[in-house]
Amino acid sequence: MTNTQKTAGEENGEKWILRLYVAGQTPKSLAAFANLKRICEEHLAGRYEIEVIDLLEHPQLARGDQIFAVPTLVRKLPPPLRKIIGDLSNTEKVLVGLDVKPRS
Amino acid sequence: MYDTEQSPGPARIELPKSPTGIQGLDEITLGGLPKGRTTLVVGRAGSGKTLFGIEFLVHGALDFGEPGVFVSFEETPGDLVSNVASLGYDLNDLQERNLLAIDHVEVSRSDLIETGEFDLEALFIRLGYAIDSIGAKRVVLDTIESLFSGLTNTGILRAELRRLFFWLKDRGVTAVVTGESGEATMTRHGLEEYISDCVILLDHRVDDQISTRRLRVVKYRGSVHGTNEYPFLIDETGFSVLPITSTGLTHTVSSERISSGVERLDTMLDGEGFYRGSTIMVAGTPGTGKTSFGVSFVHAACLRGEKCLYFSFEESPDQIVRNMRSIGIDLVPHIESGLLEINSSRPTMYGLEMHLVMLLKQIRERQPGVVVIDPLTDLIAISSPKDIKVMLTRLIDYLKTNRITALFTHLIHTREMLAPPDLTVSSLIDTLIQLQDIESAGERNHGLYVLKSRGMEHSNQIREYRITDSGIELIDVYAGPAGMFMGTARLVQEAKEQAEAEARAEAIASRQRELERERSIMGARIALLQDEFASREEELQRMIEAESRRQRTSDAGTRAIERLRKADAADGDKKVQATRGEAGVER
Repeated sequence: MTNTQKTAGEENGEKWILRLYVAGQTPKSLAAFANLKRICEEHLAGRYEIEVIDLLEHPQLARGDQIFAVPTLVRKLPPPLRKIIGDLSNTEKVLVGLDVKPRS
Repeated sequence: MYDTEQSPGPARIELPKSPTGIQGLDEITLGGLPKGRTTLVVGRAGSGKTLFGIEFLVHGALDFGEPGVFVSFEETPGDLVSNVASLGYDLNDLQERNLLAIDHVEVSRSDLIETGEFDLEALFIRLGYAIDSIGAKRVVLDTIESLFSGLTNTGILRAELRRLFFWLKDRGVTAVVTGESGEATMTRHGLEEYISDCVILLDHRVDDQISTRRLRVVKYRGSVHGTNEYPFLIDETGFSVLPITSTGLTHTVSSERISSGVERLDTMLDGEGFYRGSTIMVAGTPGTGKTSFGVSFVHAACLRGEKCLYFSFEESPDQIVRNMRSIGIDLVPHIESGLLEINSSRPTMYGLEMHLVMLLKQIRERQPGVVVIDPLTDLIAISSPKDIKVMLTRLIDYLKTNRITALFTHLIHTREMLAPPDLTVSSLIDTLIQLQDIESAGERNHGLYVLKSRGMEHSNQIREYRITDSGIELIDVYAGPAGMFMGTARLVQEAKEQAEAEARAEAIASRQRELERERSIMGARIALLQDEFASREEELQRMIEAESRRQRTSDAGTRAIERLRKADAADGDKKVQATRGEAGVER
C-alpha cells in the first residue's frame, strides 16, 4: 500500500510540505532541523518544503496542529497528516514516520 | 475548631486559599485549595474528577472573579460543553466572556512517532498562551496522565511533568491536576510524587448495590483540614460534599418557643411547646399516628408563616395530603403558597450518606424553619448503628447551627410502656415524645408521654390521645388506686368514680344534717338548764337577802340591850360574836 502511494507521489512530482515546530533555538531544535534537512536532501530532493515555526513567537499556532512537545515534525502534505516527535536523530524512524519508506 | 486552634499560639501566617465554590468542600479544607499551588485530584474512572475541575473553574470565574483555563487531554471541548450543560453551566458563554479557556490536547499514539530527544515546551507555551489570553488565575489539567499513553519515553515525561508543576507554581496559578487511581501507587503513574501540596481522593463505592461517592483530603500541606471520608453527591446542580463543619457543640441556642401544633402537648412541655432549633423525636409503635404528629407540627409552622420541609420515606406527597385531610388538616394551601414542600423518596434509593447529603442540600437551598423526617427508622434500616449516629450527628449539628427545628418520627417495636426507644441516636435528641399502643379490656388506645425534654419542666404524665377529624386531641388518662385506664375503660372507671363520689357526697350531707340536729338538741338542753339555773339563782338570792335583813335586825336589838344593862364592853363584845357564830351555823 505504502509502496504504491510513494511511487504515485514521486511520479506525480507531488510536493512534500513539512512543518517543524520548535521553541527557540535550543540544541534539540537545531539538531532536529539539521537532521530533517539532511533526510529530505537525501530522499526528497527538490520535492520538499520545510516550514519552521517557532512557538515562542507564534504560541497560538501550537493548538491547530495539536503540538504539545517540541520538536515536532508535521507532514502537512501529502495527506494523511503525520507527526514525529523528537530531534529526528533516528533516520530510519523518520523515513517510516514520513511514509518515505515502508514501515517494517 | 479552627479559631480555637489559632488563638492560643502566636499569630500565624495563614496559607492563602482559593475557594472552590463546591458546597461543603471549602468547609472541609477550611477555605479551599492552596492558592498558587497545585492540587492533585485522584479517582477512578467516573468518580467525578472532571466535574470537580469544571466546578472549580466555573465557580472561580463566576463567584470569585478568577478566570480559568481547562486543559483537557481526554474530552473534546464540544463534549465538555454538552456534558456540563445539564448542570446549568454554559461554558460557551464563559468562553465568550473571556472567563474560561478550554484547550484540548489530543494525545493519540496512533499518529505519533518518537525519535530522539524532545520536551514538552510546546505544552507550556500553549498553557502560558491560554493563561495570558484571559488572565487566568486557575488551571485544570484533566487528565495529564494521558501523556503517558501517547509517549513512550517516560523518563523525559517524568522530568517534564516535574518541570511543569514547578512552572505552574512559578506562574502563581492555582492548579488542579487530575489523575487516575493506580493499583500500587495512588495514581497510575505516580503523579503524587510531584504534587505534594494538596491531594484529594475521590471514591465511588458500591455496597449492597447502593453506590456512595466519598471524598477525602489525603493531605494538605500547611493547613488544617478535615481528615474523614466525606460523602458527596453529583446531581443536577453539580458537585456537593456533605458539609461536616466541625462546629461541634458551639452553636448558640434560642430560648424562643414554638408550638408543637397540638395544644395540650404544648401544655405538657412547660406550657409553651418546643424550643426553636431543638431536635425532637416522636417515637411510636406502628399505627400510633407519628405522621399525624409530624404534620400537625408542620401545619402549625406554616400557619405561623415559616417555611417547612417534609421528608417522607413511606408516603407520597399526595397520599400525605389526602390522609391528613381526614384529620382535619389541609396541607394544600401551604403547598400552593410555597411554605411547605413534601419530598418523598424510597429509602433504598440511595445509601444513608447519600440520603443525608440530599437532605442537607435541600435544606440548604430552602432554608426552612422546620424540617420533618418521617420516619428516621427507614434511614437507620439501611445503615449500621455507628454510621447512623455519625451521620445524624452531622445533620443535627447543621440543623442546630442554622436554628432549624427538626422533628423526626421513629418506629419502635417494643410494646412495653415507658421503654425508651431502642436507638443509639436518642442521646442526640432534645425532646423525646413516646407514643404507645395500650391494649386493655379488648381495645387499643393511644398513650403519650414526654420521655425527656431538655431545658424545660415538662409533664411527667401519661396522656391519652385520640386522632379525631379535627386533629390530635389529648385527654387525661384515668390514673387512680385501681390502676390506669384509657378509652372505654376510662369512661367506665370515670362513671364508677362519679357514682362513688356522689355516694360519698350524700353520706357527708347526711352526717352534716345529723350534726345540725344534735347541735339544735344540745342548744335546747342548754337553754332549759340555763332557765332552771336562773330561777334557782333568783330564789337563792331572795333567801340571802331575807337572811341578811334578819341579821341586821338582830344586831340592832342586841346593842340596845347592852346599852340598857351598861354591860362591860369587853364581855359584851365577846357575846355578840358568839351569838353571830351561832346564827351562821343555824343558817
